Amino acid sequence: MFHAERPEEAADQALIAQPSYNAPSRGDLFAPSRAAFQAISVPTQAPPPNVMRVDGISKAFGSHVVLSNVSLGVPKGSIHGIIGKSGAGKTTLIRIAGLLEKPDSGSVRYEGIETPVHLLRGRALLEARRKTGFVFQSFNLFASRTAGENIAFPLEAAGWPHAKAHARVAELLALVGLSDKADSPSMHLSGGEKQRIAIARALANHPSILFSDEATSALDPETTRSILELIRSLREMLGLTVIMVTHQMEVVRRICDTVSVIEGGKIVEQGLVADVFTNPRSDAAKAFLKEDRND
Amino acid sequence: MPPRRFSRRIAMTDALNLLIQPLGQTLLMILVSTLIATIFGGALGILLFALSNDRFAGKHKGARFAKHVADRAINVLRSFPYIILMVLVLPLSRLIVGTSLGTRAAIVPLSIAAIPFLARIVESSLSEVDAGVIDAAISCAASKRRIVFAILIPEALPSLVSGLTLTMISLLGYSAMAGVIGGGGLGDLAIRYGYQRFRGDVMAVAVITIIILVELIQFAGTALANRIRATR
Repeated sequence: MFHAERPEEAADQALIAQPSYNAPSRGDLFAPSRAAFQAISVPTQAPPPNVMRVDGISKAFGSHVVLSNVSLGVPKGSIHGIIGKSGAGKTTLIRIAGLLEKPDSGSVRYEGIETPVHLLRGRALLEARRKTGFVFQSFNLFASRTAGENIAFPLEAAGWPHAKAHARVAELLALVGLSDKADSPSMHLSGGEKQRIAIARALANHPSILFSDEATSALDPETTRSILELIRSLREMLGLTVIMVTHQMEVVRRICDTVSVIEGGKIVEQGLVADVFTNPRSDAAKAFLKEDRND
Repeated sequence: MPPRRFSRRIAMTDALNLLIQPLGQTLLMILVSTLIATIFGGALGILLFALSNDRFAGKHKGARFAKHVADRAINVLRSFPYIILMVLVLPLSRLIVGTSLGTRAAIVPLSIAAIPFLARIVESSLSEVDAGVIDAAISCAASKRRIVFAILIPEALPSLVSGLTLTMISLLGYSAMAGVIGGGGLGDLAIRYGYQRFRGDVMAVAVITIIILVELIQFAGTALANRIRATR
C-alpha cells in the first residue's frame, strides 16, 4: 500500500489514526481510515483494508496509566512494528490488540467481524481469537507436550478431527522447517527451535494476523535473523499481517513496512520505516536510531 | 505356679497375625479417603484457583467474594484438631455410610480433613504454572475448561503428584486416630495392644509397619513425579 512517490506528509496523515474516531455506523467499520487513505492515494489503486485497528485505547493498572488514547490501524499484508523502551506501554498495546487484555476505554476491531472484538464473549470471542496468533518473548511452549502436540493444541480447541489435525501439524512443522522434531519434548529444543514451534502453533488455525511480543528478544543475533526471515517469508506465503512489538530498531529495519514509536503510553511517531529512518521527528525515534547506529 | 509364658517365637507370630486386619483397615481408610479427596478436593482446588486468577474469573467482583468465603470456610475446617473433627462429623457419617462406628465411618472424617488440604495443594500447584503459558493457551482460542484440563493440570502434574503424596502421608497419620470411633487400623493396634496391654512387640510391629508405609508412599510419589519430569 505504500508507494515511494507518495508525498511524505500525506502518508503520515494516512497512518496517524483519528483520535476523534467515534462509534461508527454499522456497515463499513473501517470507513474512516479508508476515507483518509483515499484522499491521498493513487486514484487507480484500491487501498487494502485495515485488518486490525484500535481506536482511542486507554489502559491503567491501578493509578498507573499505561496507555492513553492510542489509535492504530494496520493494513492487510503489512508488517507493522511497535517500538518503545520498556515501560512505554507497547506490550500492553499488543496484548489489548491481540485480545489478551481488555482496554479501559477505546475499541479493537478486526476485519470481517462486525462487533468490536474487545466486547466479545464466549464462543464469539474464541472465534475472533482464531483470526489471530500470538508469539511471546519467552516462547511459552507447553512443557507437558511434545513439539507436535504444542502445535496441535489450537486445533484440538477448534475441534479438528484427529486425522486432519495430524496432517495440519505435519504441514506446519514443514512450514517452520522442523519436520524432524514432531516428537521432541518441547523443553529439549533450542531457543530458535522453540520460537519456530511457537510460530507454527500460532499459525495453526490459519489466522490473518500474527502478533509478536518481543519474539526475538531472547535469541542470539543469528537466530534473531533467521526468525525474522521466517516471519517475512510467512507473510509472503500466507498473506499474513504481522504486528510486532520490539525494543530493537534492528528488527524494525529488517522486516517492518511501517512503525509506531511509543513513549509514555502515547504514539509519538508513526510512518513508513524508510521515512522514520531518514527523517525522524520525535526524540524517542531519534534515540532509537542513534542506538541502532552504535550497535 | 507361674503363668505359662509365650515363647518369643510364638509371640512374634502372634504380633504379625494381629497386624493383618489393622493393616487392611489402614490401607482401606487412606486409599478411599485419598480417592474422595482427589475428586472433591481437586474440584475445589481448581475452583479456588479459577476464582483468584485474573486470567480466569479473578477480575469479577462476585468471584472475589466467593473466594473470600471459600478461604474462610477452608481455614476454619483446617483449624479443627482432627480428633475433634472426627467426633463432630459423627452424625454426618451416620447419614452417608449408615453408621458412626467402624472403618467405613472413619473414612468420612478422613475425607473431610483431606478435601480442604488437597484443595489448597491443587490451588497452589496450578498457581505455579507460568502466566505466559496460560496466555499462550488463551491465544490458542481454547475455552477456559480446556485450558484447565488440557494444559494447566498436565503442566502442574509433577507438583500435583507431590501434593497427593503429602496428602496420603497426612491421612496415614490421621488414620491412627480412627480407633476412637472403632475404625481400627495400625494406630489403634499400637495403642490397644502395644500400649494398653504392654505388648511391646505389637507396638514395634505396628509402628515399623507405619514407617514402611510412609516410606513406600513417599518413594512411589517421588519416583512418579521424577518420571513425569524426566519425559519433559
